[in-house]
Amino acid sequence: MNAKAVVVDGVFKKKERHVKANARDFNDKFSYADNRIKTSKYDIFTFLPINLFEQLQRVANAYFLVLLTLQLIPEISSLSWFTTIVPLVLVLVITAVKDATDDYFRHKSDQQVNNRQSQVLSGGSLQNEKWMNVRVGDIIKLENNQFVTADILLLCSSEPNGLCYIETAELDGETNLKVRQALTITSDLGDISKLMDFDGEVVCEPPNNKLDKFTGTLYWRDSKYPLDNGKVLLRGCVLRNTEWCFGMVIFAGLQTKLMQNCGRTNFKRTSIDKLMNTLVLWIFAFLICMGVILGMGNTIWESRIGRNFQAFLPLSELQSSAVFSGFLTFWSYIINLNTVVPISLYVSVEVLRLGHSYFINWDRKMYHRQTDTAAEARTTTLNEELGQVEFVFSDKTGTLTQNIMVFSKCSINGRKYGDVYDEFDQKVEITDKTACVDFSSNPLCDRGFKFYDGSLSEAVKLEDAAVQEFFRLLALCHTVMLEEKSEGLLVYQAQSPDEEALVTAARNFGFVFRARTPETITLCEMGRTVTYHLLAILDFNNVRKRMSVIVRNPQGQIKLYSKGADTVIFERLDPSSDDLMCTTSEHLSEFAGEGLRTLALAYRDLDENHFEVWMKKLLFASTVIENREDQLAVLYEEIEQGLKEMLTTTAIEDKLQEGVPETIACLNLADIKIWVLTGDKLETAMNIGYSCNLLRDDMNEVFVVSGHTLLEVQQQLRSAMEHIHSLSRAGIAGDADKSDMFADDSAFEETVIAEYALVINGHSLAHALEPQLEHVLLDLACLCKAVICCRVTPMQKAQVVELVKRHRGAVTLAIGDGANDVSMIKTAHIGVGLSGQEGMQAALASDYSFAQFRYLQRLLLVHGRWSYFRMCHFLRYFFYKNFAFTLVHFWYGFFCGFSAQTVYDQWFITLFNIVYTSLPVLGMGLFDQDVSDHNSLRYPGLYKPGQRNLLFNKRQFFLCTLQGMGTSFLLFFIHYGAFFAMAREDGSHFSDQQAFAVTIATSLVIVVTVQIGLDTHYWTAVNHLFIWGSVAVYFVILFAIQSNGIFGIFPSHFPFIGTASSCLSEKSVWLVILLTTVVCVVPGLAVSFLRVDLFPTLTDKVRHLQQSRRRKRPPERNPRRVRRTSSHRSAYAFSHQQGYGELITSGKNMRTGTVSPARSPARTQHSSNWMENILKRSNEVSCISDEQHKAATV
Amino acid sequence: MGRVKAKPGPLARRPDNSAFKQQRLPAWSPMLTANTVLPFFYFMALICMLLGVWLLLTVQSTREMKLDYTEAGTCDRCFEMRKNVSNAGEGCSCKAVFSLEKPFKGDVFFYYGLKNFHQNLRRYMDSRDDGQMVGRKTNLKNPSSYCSPFIRDQNGLPIAPCGAVANSIFNDTFTLFHHDSSGKSFKVPLLRRGITWYTDKNVKFRNPKVDNLTLAQVFQGTVKPLYWQRPVYELDQADPTNNGFINDDLIVWMREAAFPNFKKLYGVLYRADEHFTQGLPAGSYSIEINYSILSRGGTVVWLKLGVTRVPLCAFVSCVFLGVF
Repeated sequence: MNAKAVVVDGVFKKKERHVKANARDFNDKFSYADNRIKTSKYDIFTFLPINLFEQLQRVANAYFLVLLTLQLIPEISSLSWFTTIVPLVLVLVITAVKDATDDYFRHKSDQQVNNRQSQVLSGGSLQNEKWMNVRVGDIIKLENNQFVTADILLLCSSEPNGLCYIETAELDGETNLKVRQALTITSDLGDISKLMDFDGEVVCEPPNNKLDKFTGTLYWRDSKYPLDNGKVLLRGCVLRNTEWCFGMVIFAGLQTKLMQNCGRTNFKRTSIDKLMNTLVLWIFAFLICMGVILGMGNTIWESRIGRNFQAFLPLSELQSSAVFSGFLTFWSYIINLNTVVPISLYVSVEVLRLGHSYFINWDRKMYHRQTDTAAEARTTTLNEELGQVEFVFSDKTGTLTQNIMVFSKCSINGRKYGDVYDEFDQKVEITDKTACVDFSSNPLCDRGFKFYDGSLSEAVKLEDAAVQEFFRLLALCHTVMLEEKSEGLLVYQAQSPDEEALVTAARNFGFVFRARTPETITLCEMGRTVTYHLLAILDFNNVRKRMSVIVRNPQGQIKLYSKGADTVIFERLDPSSDDLMCTTSEHLSEFAGEGLRTLALAYRDLDENHFEVWMKKLLFASTVIENREDQLAVLYEEIEQGLKEMLTTTAIEDKLQEGVPETIACLNLADIKIWVLTGDKLETAMNIGYSCNLLRDDMNEVFVVSGHTLLEVQQQLRSAMEHIHSLSRAGIAGDADKSDMFADDSAFEETVIAEYALVINGHSLAHALEPQLEHVLLDLACLCKAVICCRVTPMQKAQVVELVKRHRGAVTLAIGDGANDVSMIKTAHIGVGLSGQEGMQAALASDYSFAQFRYLQRLLLVHGRWSYFRMCHFLRYFFYKNFAFTLVHFWYGFFCGFSAQTVYDQWFITLFNIVYTSLPVLGMGLFDQDVSDHNSLRYPGLYKPGQRNLLFNKRQFFLCTLQGMGTSFLLFFIHYGAFFAMAREDGSHFSDQQAFAVTIATSLVIVVTVQIGLDTHYWTAVNHLFIWGSVAVYFVILFAIQSNGIFGIFPSHFPFIGTASSCLSEKSVWLVILLTTVVCVVPGLAVSFLRVDLFPTLTDKVRHLQQSRRRKRPPERNPRRVRRTSSHRSAYAFSHQQGYGELITSGKNMRTGTVSPARSPARTQHSSNWMENILKRSNEVSCISDEQHKAATV
Repeated sequence: MGRVKAKPGPLARRPDNSAFKQQRLPAWSPMLTANTVLPFFYFMALICMLLGVWLLLTVQSTREMKLDYTEAGTCDRCFEMRKNVSNAGEGCSCKAVFSLEKPFKGDVFFYYGLKNFHQNLRRYMDSRDDGQMVGRKTNLKNPSSYCSPFIRDQNGLPIAPCGAVANSIFNDTFTLFHHDSSGKSFKVPLLRRGITWYTDKNVKFRNPKVDNLTLAQVFQGTVKPLYWQRPVYELDQADPTNNGFINDDLIVWMREAAFPNFKKLYGVLYRADEHFTQGLPAGSYSIEINYSILSRGGTVVWLKLGVTRVPLCAFVSCVFLGVF
């Protein structure tokens, strides 16, 4: 064995994994990862080198490093080294601090996870160990509600047959319970001594990220046992409904499937980022051009004029020829003009984004009180992209809806319950304040349950037979499991929230489901305990769309209770109840119109003999091997005929999250297209579409694509396309003169006024996403106001997002709450996760997370818009400022023999970008608001400029650099003119370079400060402080570095001594500064005010409105109530899984002792099937996802 | 950003309701509309108009007289001579004449100017040692490498003051005569002191500590710059306190001009002299120039009078603004 293991180790190390229980020595040989996780990047010692290395890899930083080296060459160094190193160090330090804090928090969260406690079997007893000390091969004990420590093989549990229940919310977002079962041979290892002796060896696949697949073999006691996903508990799951279980660790730490799934998220960049990089390259090119021009100028100058000057300034050995001198000058000018590529740009942008992220985190209007969750910007680099979103891809369950089902209305025997009427018989809108029915007389009631119509409980109290039967049915006909935590504290574990809602309703109205055994159901009916014999469960499946139970009540009557989709139930009704059917049908439509999920209920009495015969047939059928399911279906059908006696319907509200319809309406007004991608069924999805106003009855057409083959899908898409085209052609034909203009498709798209919606099924989507059809799909989808994709897999969600991202070039945002949305969240430009729900997977993978869908509105329309607006203004100003600052050197070149002499003092060059002008522009970038948040939400149209990229694009860039060039030109030549013949009042000469430098620098600072003042729309105290403060700081520093004291210490570094004082005490200097300021600023000012007056944009208008309303109190915003106008009939949309009926009747999941030991052979046969069935289904799922994985890897 | 707050209670993570965090800081949001901008424009235009008128008036009371003496009068002889390097050793003086039609009343300033002389070349500007000029003894004997190529002479002795700027000092000297109608000539007295900035004379340029030694002894071990006729401690033979690094002419020269055409102050009319209390009277003048050994492209002498010289361009702005 040992020898073999070594060979295996040597040869197949990559292919197989060997883990032996309770044998650390054996497992150590393979050096598997331990259970410590590390998501942090640095530690104390490696921080500096690694971080520095990473930072210097960035182009901008590398550029400045190159500059720095150039400056060390004396022949070309036109600037002292400190002009570059000071900003560079500042930038590096700021970034390093940010990285360090990020990493600190990662360290902390790692530590918290690593230090969780777990129980490990070692040395014959259970020891408490930290998570990080758990090793592969260890046997660990898990208790109820604990997180699973690592990926473990389930050995045994407290439940019978080695079953255990887990919740995989953190892994895949599904909150329903899942069953795992240990191997039969290990399921009785329930005590410690037996477990100590367990020495099985698991041979399995190497670590991978497939959450729903596991293949392995257990070798134990010379036998082989196959292992699959159903026997493994993955890290991140939570144990539920299971007192304890034991398991053997197979994958630990970073090798667990959870961690393998947390791949490096690819770094997302915003479109502004990309544009900025392009622009920086352009600026580089521009810089080199200038360098070449000036270098050539130098060559010419040297050969024409410079020759005469050699007596005063002999050439150095290097400058033997004019050409070479020109070459050196080129490099000198590269250094001189380096500030056109603004080093502080990147770091300032980072600071702004960080600030904007904090504003998102701090926003109280995005804080959800119920779950105590504030919005969180998890990525700090994408904020301005939020202002440019064109497509929103939303998940349904848990995102648009709360995933909470509430029993809200019902119709019993032709009478409707659930609405509240006031004294004038007017329907009252139900709000939080409406008084709800008091259930406190019922000791077993669920306090969370709310119902507002008192007449229903009155009817129960009056012992209305129909009503009682209604609740009895609800209490009996289901597959809910029950956990009684303490006396009276009942917890229902249902696999679908619908069922839970119904059973809870029955419970509160006095029909409490108390206990269940495989053969009985015990209810507490109005305080009396009644036990029903459960004779059969006719399970739910997708074809039947209904489920029934057959019970024998204490009086000995046999009854069949049935619930299901209205259409299905109506077909099977006894014709005698036609009248009732009509009324009920009306009620159903009414409920559906309100967006409720409806369900029809019926029952029938069964004749004893008839039942006996049927039961025998059933037993026989369940033993047949072939066509068992078909035969069963036929039998079920037979007994479910002729339902009658009572026809009721229930309406369950699939509660939308608060404000969803309003948010969708608002986003629609902002031209944001919303696509819903859901794993739900078509009916459910459409139902929600209607209830959240995405689909409306007044839409011209809702196209449903549900073909199964490529051809079908193609045909359906084409015909939908045809339909739109023909209609709009008809419309265009009306005003015929225009028809020619809209010949091409893109223009055509704009002209579609009619509203369409597209609903597409997962199967069809798979075909539609193929290369030959994807364009048709995309074109069609973009013509539609709303798109709903249902039954889609997580991979398809990502593919749809990718499709739009790739072909439309638009900014996409994906929002979801579950692990099935992770791929989509990661693919989209911006991923938003809803947190505060149970699963955190989506929130962890997201860029932004908050608790409620409605906050999306504020995130995009307020924060996104502001961020985009601020960033654009910031960039425009930044480029303007740097051009104005730097190009003065270019003009000066023509007067100083192209010798790369700087105009300004070196210190001014060092400090201009990082001290004198950084804060005002940062202040603007952080606090500026053109329009208040209130108005941003009120006028969603304000969002459109962002989508169309209007505020900062190449044109804007040219304009602002042009302005900067103009300013530098005026700045230089006004001063040139002034200094050409200026003298001081005392007659001393004044045309010296230092006085020129100080005056032009002062003018520059004042001009750019006035400019930022004009660009600031929102002057807070901070802006005032920054703007006035910067000017003040400029003068303070100016006088400080030109003071006697500092000159006394470093005479050669501060040669400007006294210039400022002699210069700025001159009236004429101030006149020059005034002139320059006015001449530089007035044209821009004139243009901008003329633009606002003559061609106002929506923003200007809203601003104007805002100004005029300032004095009045802002009017309370009328909540935009969006009424639903749907008459769409929803179907029975159970998110139900088949197989649970069998699970119950088999008693497999019951506590030991309650199952009667004597079972008929048929029963055993029958019972062994449920697990197979469940597994078969989960295999189907895993097959699909397997294919996806393959697709993903290809 | 996993900020953890230690606030207890059910609303532990609720953000603070501060105006700053909620972006509700009180603010002034001005709007650029015709109503706000135009009045401002008119106001500015008015101000500038007034300023312009005032400037125009003051400018009119200033007089200026410019004489290019490069080849004027007898100076063409010297100019020709300097073109030939072999004559560098010989001195040359010449004479130029001019006349003032109107008297220059008030303070009169006498400038020299150069054309196409690039004091603003980078290597030229850098070629000085402020440490030496401020009187540091270490720099005196060991000038900074910036002074290259004028750090040391062929014998390796340090040059004081070192560097290209000091080396190329303007050393033409002028004597101005007034010839009145009676044919009498008066020497126009010029104040050659106090023509520098206070900070330059007193802070930026200092002689090395003298203690008991004479200035010449202090500068022992250094040599005069290549093109100089006299060492730095003998620059002003009339006034021994105006020698060394604090010589006014040296200081004026060391303040490098920003543009290739520039003027520097040479002297101020000494109005205590009875003949010139009112300034320069009208009449004919002659100027005697001691031509320097180096030929500079073009040399100009400006004579200027006036209280304020303000850029005319300021006026342009008023006109410009008046448009609005």
